[in-house]
Amino acid sequence: MSPNRSSAAPRTPPESPRFGTEIRLAVEQVSYAYSANPSQAPLFTLEATSFQARPGEIVTILGPNASGKSTLLQLIAGVLNPLSGRILLNGFVIHSLSPRARAQRIAMVQQESRLLFPARVWEFVLQGRHAHGRSLRFESKDDMLIAQNALMQVGAAELSDRLMDQISGGEKQRVILARALAQQPLLLLLDEPTLHLDIAAQVGLFDALRRLAARNRYTVIVVTHELNLAAEYADQILLMQSGRCLRVGPPTAIFQRELLEQVFQVPLKVEMRGHGRPRVTILSNS
Amino acid sequence: MRPVTFRKLLFQCLFLVVILFLVVVIALKFGAVPVSLYALGRDLLRVLLGQSSQISSDYGLIIQNIRLPRIILGIIVGASLSVAGTSFQALLRNPLADPYVLGVSSGAALGAILALIAEPHLPLPPAFEALLTPLCAFLGAAATITAVYFLGRRQGQIESNTLLLGGVITASFLSAIIVFLMSTVNSSNTRGMVFWLMGNLSTSFQKSIYWLLVAGFFIAAGVIYGTANDLNILLSGEKEAMHLGVDVRRVRFVVYIAASLLTGLAVSVSGAVGYVGLIVPHLMRLIFGSDHRTLLPTSALGGAIAVVIADTLARIVVAPNELPVGAVTAVVGAPLFIYLLRRRLA
Repeated sequence: MSPNRSSAAPRTPPESPRFGTEIRLAVEQVSYAYSANPSQAPLFTLEATSFQARPGEIVTILGPNASGKSTLLQLIAGVLNPLSGRILLNGFVIHSLSPRARAQRIAMVQQESRLLFPARVWEFVLQGRHAHGRSLRFESKDDMLIAQNALMQVGAAELSDRLMDQISGGEKQRVILARALAQQPLLLLLDEPTLHLDIAAQVGLFDALRRLAARNRYTVIVVTHELNLAAEYADQILLMQSGRCLRVGPPTAIFQRELLEQVFQVPLKVEMRGHGRPRVTILSNS
Repeated sequence: MRPVTFRKLLFQCLFLVVILFLVVVIALKFGAVPVSLYALGRDLLRVLLGQSSQISSDYGLIIQNIRLPRIILGIIVGASLSVAGTSFQALLRNPLADPYVLGVSSGAALGAILALIAEPHLPLPPAFEALLTPLCAFLGAAATITAVYFLGRRQGQIESNTLLLGGVITASFLSAIIVFLMSTVNSSNTRGMVFWLMGNLSTSFQKSIYWLLVAGFFIAAGVIYGTANDLNILLSGEKEAMHLGVDVRRVRFVVYIAASLLTGLAVSVSGAVGYVGLIVPHLMRLIFGSDHRTLLPTSALGGAIAVVIADTLARIVVAPNELPVGAVTAVVGAPLFIYLLRRRLA
């Protein structure tokens, strides 16, 4: 396979063998309702949603705020229980797995809470090994190697001994990704990972995701607001609007002017680029 | 990368055990009857080796029956409060959490007082009589931490400052009830107001109470230690902990119960000694790092050292009178609390 994946992309339609044939993640008619008070009408509902993803595939979830993107991601992570339907990971129902078993298979990258006490980068990455060890034990040599390797894979090996609150936003995002890799998951979930990142770091992150998905056969699911990054890097896109999944498909099927204008409520232009990936330009309202 | 290892933990604990031994020897020396350090060290070793019958000197009685039980009480109380403080800090993600500041000690004290008032009127078998006070103190502690937890919650998230304020107000409210009870109920065995509000180690108990305290400490602290890795991860946030494989609800429940038990046991024999669970874990974090696998045991030993020192000071600074031990810990702890609060807000 060509090392330059973006040039290889147009020649590899979604059915191509680079994803393998088995279904890793199957979301089957999953719905959810959130209400502050059980006796009241739900404040938010996610209507029945289905899609499938294979190993090595990058799926992005697009949609305006409050469209249900993050809720869907939390459902896939197994942290929320669906109201109906089920989510299968390699044939196992995700929300019936124990927290430990889940964390051995699914890793989540999200906006972090502030750390209470200063921690070194390597300590933070080692947290990813938690689900693989017994409750009361000290890290093994293997754990240390896996953590080091995870840092190396995101190009952050030199950060190892720095303190978490003394590294930049882009570096921090890579370290959080490294912790997720240290979990050695099958499924890598990312909730708006490009938030607060500059453009170079955004592209760097998606490049890393594409590389990791190909090399480690992760199934990657990214919630993002960045239409053009999704168009450039996604193999499959879910387009969501007010709790409904409008369409699932390859970028070319999603990036159609009328559809996107209706979902995002802005006039825009979609053009097809030379390598078969669409690009969106937002037009000003005036 | 220098990960925590079992050997490292062993060294740290050994270091603290040596300090604790020295502190105990010094604490035994001070008091109304002068005793030489050498004789003390020798006799203490004999007690440890189970040869207490060989202690022949005339001060043996003072050491064995007055000073040593009080020091042992201080060790258990200090260790319990420190481990409880460390646990509350991790669960509530708040470095200022402490059984006293959160009102948990006051809740335990109220439970213990109610038990002491009710005890003479209840037809209890004598074996259960000694258990009633610690049990009620535990229930008081558990009820208070539950109440404070919900006071500090807003929209499903614990809000740090609301939590602390809720704790301080709860403590003040419970103290008022304690003062009311102590002023109105005429009972000979309720030990006095200052004991409960400030903490005091001067009461002596039957031998069985000491065994109960030791057993309770090892069970509760052992249970908490079993979740040490989970607590490390919980410090990064509950959401993150769930994704990293921590059974957050189970850990929270188990550790709250165990920490309430530790607080209840300590308070039922010493009253509300404040700030130990705040000062000691912070000091230990500075010295040994914030990994709970080392922090919990070092805090337990550090808490024992701190309370024995504080109680020795309480005995000697205004001799021949005595201060409540809680007055000494508060003099050190309250300024530290303010300092940590200011630094966190900065």
